[in-house]
Amino acid sequence: MTAFLRNSWRQLTSMRTALVLLFLLAVAAVPGSVLPQKGVKVEDVEAYARAHPDLAPWVDRLWGFEVFTSPWFAAIYLLLFTSLVGCILPRARAHWRAVWARPPAVPRNLDRLPQHAAPADAAGDAAAAAAAAAARLRRGRWRVAARAEGEGAWGVSAEKGHLKETGNLLFHTALIAVLLGVAVGSWYGWSGNRLVVAGPDYAFCNTVQQYDEFTAGPRVDPAALPPFCIELTDFHARFLPSGQPAAFRARVAVDGDGRPRREVPVAVNNPLRLDGANAYLLGHGFAPVLRYTDRFGRAQTTAVPFLPVDDLSTGEGAAKFPDANVDPRTGARDPRLQVAFEGLFLPTVPDAPPFTRSAFPEERAPGVLLWAYRGNLGEDAGIPGSVYRLDQAAVAAGALKQVGEPKLLRRGETWTLDDRTTVEFLGTRRWVTVSVRHDPGQVPVLAGVAVVLVGLTGSLFGRRRRVFLRFTPAAGGGCQVRAGGLPRTDYPGFADEFSQVVAGAVGAPAQVRDRGGTD
Amino acid sequence: MAALSDQLLVATILAYLAAMIAHATEYAFGHRSVVGRAATRVPQLAAVGGGAPPAPESTPDHPPVPATAGSGGGSAGGGAPAGSGAIPAAQAERWAGHAAVLATVLGALAHLGVLVTRGLAAGRMPWGNMYEFAVAITFVGVVAWLVTLARRPELRHLGLFVALADVLLLGATGMTAYTEAKPLVPALQSAWYLVHVSSIIVASGLLLLGVVPAAMYLIRDGYEAGRRSFPYSLGARVPAAAALERLTFRLHAFAFPLWTFAVAAGAIWAESAWGRYWGWDPKETWAFISWVVYAGYLHARATPYVRRRTAAWIAVIGFATMLFNLYGVNLFFDGLHSYADAD
Repeated sequence: MTAFLRNSWRQLTSMRTALVLLFLLAVAAVPGSVLPQKGVKVEDVEAYARAHPDLAPWVDRLWGFEVFTSPWFAAIYLLLFTSLVGCILPRARAHWRAVWARPPAVPRNLDRLPQHAAPADAAGDAAAAAAAAAARLRRGRWRVAARAEGEGAWGVSAEKGHLKETGNLLFHTALIAVLLGVAVGSWYGWSGNRLVVAGPDYAFCNTVQQYDEFTAGPRVDPAALPPFCIELTDFHARFLPSGQPAAFRARVAVDGDGRPRREVPVAVNNPLRLDGANAYLLGHGFAPVLRYTDRFGRAQTTAVPFLPVDDLSTGEGAAKFPDANVDPRTGARDPRLQVAFEGLFLPTVPDAPPFTRSAFPEERAPGVLLWAYRGNLGEDAGIPGSVYRLDQAAVAAGALKQVGEPKLLRRGETWTLDDRTTVEFLGTRRWVTVSVRHDPGQVPVLAGVAVVLVGLTGSLFGRRRRVFLRFTPAAGGGCQVRAGGLPRTDYPGFADEFSQVVAGAVGAPAQVRDRGGTD
Repeated sequence: MAALSDQLLVATILAYLAAMIAHATEYAFGHRSVVGRAATRVPQLAAVGGGAPPAPESTPDHPPVPATAGSGGGSAGGGAPAGSGAIPAAQAERWAGHAAVLATVLGALAHLGVLVTRGLAAGRMPWGNMYEFAVAITFVGVVAWLVTLARRPELRHLGLFVALADVLLLGATGMTAYTEAKPLVPALQSAWYLVHVSSIIVASGLLLLGVVPAAMYLIRDGYEAGRRSFPYSLGARVPAAAALERLTFRLHAFAFPLWTFAVAAGAIWAESAWGRYWGWDPKETWAFISWVVYAGYLHARATPYVRRRTAAWIAVIGFATMLFNLYGVNLFFDGLHSYADAD
């Protein structure tokens, strides 16, 4: 059993397994780009499910719509990281020893090394010459060991380039730190999206209930979000004559976070940074302001966000008045007399029909093309429906009936319906979608990536190599010098460095003999 | 200015095409090549073919070479001068080679001109959409190739494949992804536009160039193992397999940290623009895939018992993922990085 475990561990930590796992990781990521992903754009997943009703449930069962959080994707990267840990731990231990060990003794036969040289004889005795050479090498930041070899001979071993393995270990350790940072972010991070119409009446505060969408990691207490409130005070979108956007700028007022109310600019690439959360500007659009006056003369005004459907800011939306035509004296409510308008908003109405598409994304000649409906809006059943569309089932069932023909209203115009009630297009307000996020893993991940880069550079460009010198007493005084060099890694320029180092250490130009082992 | 940029693109492609033809000439008629040797062995045949009218020249600066220089690879048997003695084959080969390098340099200058005039026309750095991005990446590839060539002239024969790749990539870009010069959309108005996109361009250019020695290594390795069928026959003229393999590694070892940096810079930018540093957008997913594949290459290369052929194949797969990310992701998938106006 132990043998089996030891064998499995050895298998898992082998480079071959690591390579296979790396390859699997790459292959496993491919469906994440081919299939729509819930975490990227959930609307695309719904569209895919509508287009492939038979296939979609199976894809879903295999986590095909959430590849990067799927168990099989996690299995691959967890195995990979286990393999990585199993690989770097023994290597770290070996490296630690190597860093503290003295460079090895000079090999007996220097001629067998890939680089070797026979410089001119040195003056003085071998011990002094060796000490001088060792001192020069140390100045060149080599790790040096000088050893007496007997019979008056001295060997000097020099080593450089532990940086390579240090970088290698640093790189892999930092990868683990990045993974942990990502994990922290997914456990303790949260995010919410919210559409905010300009004006104090549409300000929102940072609580779960006030977001249109909210997601949080398992370790987040939704009741303990940092307090602050945001109000959109101003929004400007500038476009080029071609219709291409040139700049989006919003101003928001921040309040309720313990500091005085203040107005700050927010733009794409310039998020609002708050304590414990950041707010990002994502989308924008127009909210036509409509006033409906019912049979009893009671007026209701609402600014309804219309969602853009094209690059020209043509918006689509619905204004619902479920409390219309309630008798103010009796309070009697006729559900068949609820009123709603569905339609298009065009910031620049074209000169000629059809008035279904804006001529320019800026608000130059705004207009709304409205379809009026009267009947039961179907909202009393308590089933949540889209605020941007009418209940199509109610329309199909005849509970909600269209009134008259669709009508284009320009700013300030009024449309009188067949029952003498009126709808008036008063103007527009701007809205933006804001994403509020908190990811505590961000800083660890960034630090991890910085270390990854440092380690990677050391690992790829560091070169471990050794240079050996032997000084043997010569017959006629002085001493004979022999040198050898050993690159421990692929290093084409080693021959040049070797001859320079030997010349520098011995103090004389060396005659290098290249065995042709390197480049 | 924008029109000038477009004309320069045509000039660039033509220059690389000329370089490609000159390289091919060098390939086909060099004295060490298969065709060249075959021609020398059968002088009678060459003498018969020598009567054919001279073909047009491939490059304007090229001194007249009888019949062969501009006629391309196909008509090889025709007028090989090797045996018939007009100009020694070695000399013709050298001229063709030098003409090819000259054409590549001229092409690179025009290529730079495309980018500079584009930038001036749009009033910003010339990498704001897929068209400009691809033009910039290929430019980096060519510059890296010329630097390599200056340091290792013996690698010149690889130029055929560099020129071929340039012509194909630039041609495909010009046809499928051409975009009018215009200012940046708000999402790109950031200092990170400079850092992220420029580093991505440099890293991609180097990684795309890296496939040339990798593929040539695979060919040459097969040639050295005794295979002579196509494509191994191409290996006759290229440097030794070991040198190609080392060049492959050095290009990738240099480009990989750059790629890592470029992706990291993109993540920092994504945080301020989209609110998250990583969101598995298709472009991000494929950048991740490329990163993993190239990490696999470097690991395979560093492992003694993994064969160098295997490592080189991984590099080729990495190239395929890069190419898919550059073209496929922009054209097939809808994502936040969709700046291609190709539809």
